[in-house]
Amino acid sequence: MGFETFGKVSFTAETRAAAFVDYLGQGKVMATKCKSCGTTCFPPKMDCPTCLKSDTEWVDVNNTGKLITYSMVNYAPAGFEDDAPYAIAVGEFGDGLRIFSRLCKDIKVEEIKPGMKLKLTVIKLPGDRISYEFQKA
Amino acid sequence: MDDVAIIGVGQSTFFRRSGISIRELCFDAYKEAMEGLDLTNKDIDASITCSAPEYDKQRTPSGLISEYLELTPKSAFLVESVCSSSTTGLRVAYSLIKSGLHKVVAVIGFQKMSEISSRESAERMGRGADIQWETPFGISMPSGYAMFAQAHMAKYATTEEQLAKVKVKNASYAAKNPKAIYPKVVTLEEVMTSALVATPLKTLDCCAAADGSSCIIVASADVAKRVSKIPIWIAGLGAATDTMSMSGRRTFTSLSCAKDAAAQAYKMANVKPQDIDVAEVHDCFTISEILAYEDLGFAKPGEGARLIEEKQTYVDGKIPVNVDGGLLCKGHPIGATGGSQMRTIVRQLRGEATEAQVKNAEIGLVHNIGGVGQYGNVIILRR
Repeated sequence: MGFETFGKVSFTAETRAAAFVDYLGQGKVMATKCKSCGTTCFPPKMDCPTCLKSDTEWVDVNNTGKLITYSMVNYAPAGFEDDAPYAIAVGEFGDGLRIFSRLCKDIKVEEIKPGMKLKLTVIKLPGDRISYEFQKA
Repeated sequence: MDDVAIIGVGQSTFFRRSGISIRELCFDAYKEAMEGLDLTNKDIDASITCSAPEYDKQRTPSGLISEYLELTPKSAFLVESVCSSSTTGLRVAYSLIKSGLHKVVAVIGFQKMSEISSRESAERMGRGADIQWETPFGISMPSGYAMFAQAHMAKYATTEEQLAKVKVKNASYAAKNPKAIYPKVVTLEEVMTSALVATPLKTLDCCAAADGSSCIIVASADVAKRVSKIPIWIAGLGAATDTMSMSGRRTFTSLSCAKDAAAQAYKMANVKPQDIDVAEVHDCFTISEILAYEDLGFAKPGEGARLIEEKQTYVDGKIPVNVDGGLLCKGHPIGATGGSQMRTIVRQLRGEATEAQVKNAEIGLVHNIGGVGQYGNVIILRR
């Protein structure tokens, strides 16, 4: 599977980080860690501009976290109209790693509150696409 | 410090559908900027065109604008930082003059947004985010800022009504601005009942996409004193960035690029927030103006909403902000916006802003942001 299957609409096909999608296929959301300086990155990056090395390893993201902020999108950009309304959000996982995604549609609007507990979960999308979302923990 | 000046400023009317081409749009701004100067197009050493790509068909527009304004064969190039492109252009113009390379530089900003639909425009703005990791979730410009609004409301109990009051203020000034896209007053109720875009932002919390252009003529001190009656001096410049990705952000209650840029500009100009007589801030959304009050030090963190509540940012208040209608109501033709903000402050400092003049304005500030707080430019001007 290549990176073009990531998310509702992908704008990237070729990337050194394509294995991210393979991990999603195994139900795992991964971050990267520079083997040289130990910096963990999300979004993942395969290159370290500080060490000038491209020697990174994939590391598990702690999938329990909390909501930092969100917005319920009513007016969606072209390509996303069918999904609206949907909630985009930033969550914080494990040791302060921040991730941007959507909130699961099962979460009721009145339940959404910054600080609420979240579970980071891989989801399948129509058309053999794959992504991740925040579910209620 | 008084060695680089703004000698001319202009903008086109901001329109919904201008019915004219980009070169003609740019002429309108250039004409106003050059009027009254003892200077012709032959005296301009370089032109910097500022525009965000993919709204109109023309590629590499700098060459075209240079030819149309008969600035060829002088140096011409494009500068882009989306919504803050023309103040980034100004920063480059300042360096070109300060280095001694040029004496007079024209900074021309434009955007023709009406050639594509509103949804297509939202799609392009979405691709102004990190296209690999975040655009696939359907982020847009309003929803990006809406996450800041939600965070500000959660932390400081800022209300939707307080956000709406920013719109009401700016509309009241757009009503007096003949170049505004929406020159009409708006009531609190109209804002509160407008359709939801991305919670908590409603249609009237969002700026107006527009066709428009702006032009700033920048000159060295010797030229400025010779050709201009009231040169306005660039006293301070600041520019900073924050991550493209929302996951890289450490805070959602302020724009760190704006705070960093403001600190640089205040230091360079050797002034404090309370010394500013009039300001133009990047109110692409109502929340953006509240964040700007705090990021620029006009209010303490969390107290921005009180400033609008107390009407302190009206023309006769403690710190008048966006008394030309702002992006919300004057309009936001991306590449032209920073230049239009500069025009307003220059007119204020010259005492020419008859429609909403701040009394005895001597020091003015422009705050121009690109993307959802990705690029921040702050400029301090002095009469």
